[in-house]
Amino acid sequence: MEKNLNLNLKVWRQKNAEDKGGFQEYKLKDISTDMSFLEMFDVLNEKLIVEGGDPIAFDHDCREGICGSCSMFINGRPHGPKQGVTTCQLHMRSFNDGETIVVEPWRASAFPVIKDLVVNRSAFDRIISAGGFVSVNIGNAQDANSILIPKVDADESFAAAACIGCGACVAACKNASAMLFVSAKVSQFALLPQGQPERKQRVLDMVAHMDEEGFGACTNTGACSAECPKEISLTHIARMNRDYLTAELSTESK
Amino acid sequence: MTSKLDSKIPEGNLEQKWTKYQSSVPLVNPSNKRSLEILIIGSGLAGASAAASLSELGYKVKVFCFQDSARRAHSIAAQGGINAAKNYQNDGDSTYRLFYDTIKGGDYRSREANVYRLASVSSNIIDQCVASGVPFAREYGGLLSNRSFGGTQVQRTFYAAGQTGQQLLLGAYSGLQRQVGMGNVKMYARHEMQDVVNIDGVCRGIIARDLTTGKLERHFGHAVLLCTGGYGNVFYLSTNAMGSNVTAAWKAHKKGAMFANPCFTQIHPTCIPVSGDHQSKLTLMSESLRNDGRIWVPMKKEDALALRENRIKPNDIKEEDRDYYLERRYPAFGNLVPRDVASRAAKERCDAGFGVNKTGEAVYLDFAFNTIRYGKMEATKKNMHNPTDLQIVEMGRAVVKEKYGNLFDMYQQITGVNPYEQPMMIYPAVHYTMGGLWVDYNLMTNIPGLYALGEANFSDHGANRLGASALMQGLADGYFVIPYTIGAYLSKEIMTKAIPTDHPAFEEAENIVKATIDELMAIKGTKPVDHFHKRLGLIIWNQCGMARNAEGLKKAISDVQQLRAEFWSSVRIPGSANEMNSELEKAGRVADFIELGELMCIDALSREESCGGHFREEHQTEEGEALRNDVDYKYVAAWEYFAGNNWELHKEELIYENIKIAQRSYK
Ligand SMILES: Cc1cc2nc3c(=O)[nH]c(=O)nc-3n(C[C@H](O)[C@H](O)[C@H](O)COP(=O)(O)OP(=O)(O)OC[C@H]3O[C@@H](n4cnc5c(N)ncnc54)[C@H](O)[C@@H]3O)c2cc1C
Ligand code: SF4
Ligand code: FES
Repeated sequence: MEKNLNLNLKVWRQKNAEDKGGFQEYKLKDISTDMSFLEMFDVLNEKLIVEGGDPIAFDHDCREGICGSCSMFINGRPHGPKQGVTTCQLHMRSFNDGETIVVEPWRASAFPVIKDLVVNRSAFDRIISAGGFVSVNIGNAQDANSILIPKVDADESFAAAACIGCGACVAACKNASAMLFVSAKVSQFALLPQGQPERKQRVLDMVAHMDEEGFGACTNTGACSAECPKEISLTHIARMNRDYLTAELSTESK
Repeated sequence: MTSKLDSKIPEGNLEQKWTKYQSSVPLVNPSNKRSLEILIIGSGLAGASAAASLSELGYKVKVFCFQDSARRAHSIAAQGGINAAKNYQNDGDSTYRLFYDTIKGGDYRSREANVYRLASVSSNIIDQCVASGVPFAREYGGLLSNRSFGGTQVQRTFYAAGQTGQQLLLGAYSGLQRQVGMGNVKMYARHEMQDVVNIDGVCRGIIARDLTTGKLERHFGHAVLLCTGGYGNVFYLSTNAMGSNVTAAWKAHKKGAMFANPCFTQIHPTCIPVSGDHQSKLTLMSESLRNDGRIWVPMKKEDALALRENRIKPNDIKEEDRDYYLERRYPAFGNLVPRDVASRAAKERCDAGFGVNKTGEAVYLDFAFNTIRYGKMEATKKNMHNPTDLQIVEMGRAVVKEKYGNLFDMYQQITGVNPYEQPMMIYPAVHYTMGGLWVDYNLMTNIPGLYALGEANFSDHGANRLGASALMQGLADGYFVIPYTIGAYLSKEIMTKAIPTDHPAFEEAENIVKATIDELMAIKGTKPVDHFHKRLGLIIWNQCGMARNAEGLKKAISDVQQLRAEFWSSVRIPGSANEMNSELEKAGRVADFIELGELMCIDALSREESCGGHFREEHQTEEGEALRNDVDYKYVAAWEYFAGNNWELHKEELIYENIKIAQRSYK
C-alpha cells in the first residue's frame, strides 16, 4: 500500500566537464512510495526551480527501462538496489522512511561527466561502428524463412540482444571494463547464421576498438552481470573470449 | 487553392502503381550522389533506416537526434510487433488483405495508393530485418512465429517477445553505425533541430542547437528529411518517451509545410492507469496481451464499488457476475477489436460507474482463462493424465511468461501487483498520432526538398492506426520508399552546389531561433515548464481526447490561448542558454505543443463527423458507434499556417476506386 517517505538526498553536482564537482544535500518530504525514482527527482527539481536554484541534470527518456538513457549510481550501485531494473523503473517503495540516498553519475574514464549526473557514452556507439552489425545492403535479402534457426539459438541470441546499452556494466566494474556490453553484441550475431561470415573479424575489430576507447581489462569479477538491468549473462563473455582466441589464431596462421 | 495539394499518385491500377513508378522514376548517377547532401532529423525506425539506405546508395548524409545515442530513439520502446503480409500461417493473408484491413481500420480516411504500397513492401521488411540479424521469435521447427493484433482475423504480426521495437531499431541502428564507421554518415547526437531554412521556397537546410554547449549550428542539405516521430506528448501524459515532441514538424509547419489531420490521435486501450499527481508518463501494456487477456468489469455496480474501496478482490467476483463487454458487444472480433473501439468501450463502462480502481478509471485484463487453457495443453503434450489444478496453473503460467514475461515484470515493477495472480488493471492512454505533416506519394511535404517519414507524417493510418503497423510504416518509408522517391527530386538538383551557410537565409533563420531562446530566458517568471505542460495536457485530454463536442472544443481553444499568454509571461527557466539546460529544451517544446493544441481543437471542431479516434459526441449511431459522414468529410484536412496563429484549411479529397467504403463493423 502507498505510504509517504521523508528522505535525505546526497547528489553529485558538477557544472560541466571542467568543474571539479561535489555532493550537495537535499531534504524531501512526503514522497509517495508509488512514485518512480525519477519522479522523485522531478519533485526535487521542481522545488529547486521554484526556489530559484538550478535543477539537477540527468539523462532519461522512455522511463520504461528500454532506451538505456537513465544512468544513476544509487547508494553505490548502478540503477540502485533492485535486481534487474533500470533507474527509471525503480520505485520509491524500495526505500525506507528517513533513509539517506547517495546519487552519483557513472564513473569511468571512457564516460566523462558532461553535467551533474549526465555522462558521455558515445564510446559505445563507436564500438558498434567498429563491427557491431551484419554487412548486408538494403534490398537484397532472401525470404526470411529460407534459413531455419533453431529456437534455442534464436532465444539465446535474443537474450544477448536485450542489452540496452546503458553502461551500468562499466560503472559497476572496478576496472571500468566494457566486456559485457561488447560480448552481448558479439554473441547476438555469433549465435545466428547471418552473423557467421563476419564472425571472426567482428570480434577482433570490436575488442580492438573497446581497448582504444580506454575501457579497462576484464578480471572476471562478475559485477557487471550482477548489476546489469537486463541480466545479461557472463556466458556471453566466455563465448566472446573463445571466439576471440579462435579468430586471433586463424588470422595469425594466414 | 486545392492546387497546393498535389498528391502525385501515379496513374495505373492499384497493384501496378508502385512497381511502374519504381521502374520509371528518374535516377541519380553514383558520382552525382556523392555531392548531394541529405539531412535526416531523427534516428528512430524511419530516420535510421533512411540514413542506412541513402548512405549506402552513395548520398552524403548527416543524422541528428536529441538523445545521447541514435539507439535511444523512441521507436526502441515499441513492444508488440510488426505486421507483414507473408501469409506464413497459411491463414488467408495477402497484400490485398493487409491493405484492406489497414484502410478499414483507419475508418476510410487514408489514401489507397499509399496503403497499398505499404502492404506490398511489408514482406521485404521482414526479410531485411532477419538478414541484418534481428532475433525475431521462432517456433521449435526454426520458422518465424506470428501472433494476432487488433482489427484483423489473421496472424501476421512478427515479434521479439515484448521488445520488438528495440530489436528492429537496434537492427536499423547497426546499419546506421556501420555507415558512420565507413564515413558515409555523420552523426549529431544531443542535437535538436530548431528550424528549417528555406531559400526561394525550397528547403535548403536547418538550424540545430548543440544540447551540450547550447551553441546554434547551421547545416546545409539538398534535401531535409523530418523523421521526428509523433506529437502525443501534447497531452503531457502519454506512452511516448519524455522527450518526444512536435518541434521539428511544427517549425516546418510555421515555415509553410501543411499539417494534416492534427486531431487524429490514438488513445490506446491497454495502459497502466494513472496512480497520482506525480505521474510523469504512462506505460503501455502491449496490444498483443489481448491475444490471451480477456477484458472485463463487474456486472454489478455494488461489486465495482467494493473493488474501488478495496473490500473485495477481483478473483472474488464470480464468473457470471463479470461483464466481458467487448466479447458481448463485438462477438466477431471480441477482445481484438481496433484500439479506438476498445478504448471508447472502456470509457463507456467506467463513465457508467463500473470502473475498478480507486479512481474508478480502470478495467481488468485477465489472463486466468487462457493460463488454464495453456496449462491443460501442456499437460496433454507432456502426457500427464491427471494433472492437479496447481500443476495446470504452473504450466500455464510458464507459457504466459514465455510470451509476455517482460510486460508482466514491468507491470509488477510499476504497480507492485503480481499479474500472474491477479488480473491487470488497465485504462486507455494517449499513444500515437495519425496526424502529421502533409506529404505526397513521394513523402515530400508541400515545401520542395522537405520530406516527412514515419510517425511525423500523416500518411497511412487514416483516423485510426492498427496495431503493429507503425513499425511497418517507419521501416517501409526508410528502407523501401524514400530511396526511390527522393530520386524524383534530387535528379533535378544535381547542378545545385552546396549553399554556404553564411547565406542571408541561414543568418536570418539563426537570428530568429536565437531571439526566441532569448525571449524565453528573459521571462524569468515563477512557474516551471511542467506546470504549463500539465495544464495543457488536461485541457486537450478533457476536450479533445476520447470524446469531443463543439462546445468543449470551443472552450478548449480559448483556454489554450489563455494558457499561451500565461506561459509567455510567467514561465521560469533557470540557468543560461549557453550550457546543457533541460528546462530550456522543455520550454521550447511546450511552447510548440501549446500552439499545436489549438490547431488540434480547431481541426476537431471543423470535422463534423465521427471517424476512427475522432469521436464527436454529436455524431454517433444509436448503439454509440462512430457515425462517419462520407459525403462531406471524405478528405484529408491540411492546414496552412499564417502569422499570428491563423490557419487556412485545404482539402485533399480521398478517392476510393478499389474498396467499397462502408460503415466499419466488428460485430
Ligand atoms: C510504448 C509504445 C509502444 C509501441 N508499440 C508498437 C508496436 O508494437 N508496433 C507498432 O507498429 N508500433 C508501436 N508503437 C508506435 C511506434 O513505436 C512509433 O510510431 C514509431 O516507432 C515511430 O518511429 P519514428 O521513426 O517515426 O519516430 P521515433 O522513433 O519517435 O524517433 C524520433 C526521432 O526524432 C528525433 N527528434 C525528434 N525531434 C527532434 C528535433 N527537433 N531535433 C532532432 N531530433 C529530433 C528523436 O531524437 C528520435 O531520434 C508504439 C509506441 C509506443 C509509445
Ligand atoms: S550489458 Fe547490461 S549493463 Fe551493460 S550496457 Fe548492456 S544492459 Fe547495460
Ligand atoms: S529512461 Fe529509458 S531506460 Fe530508463
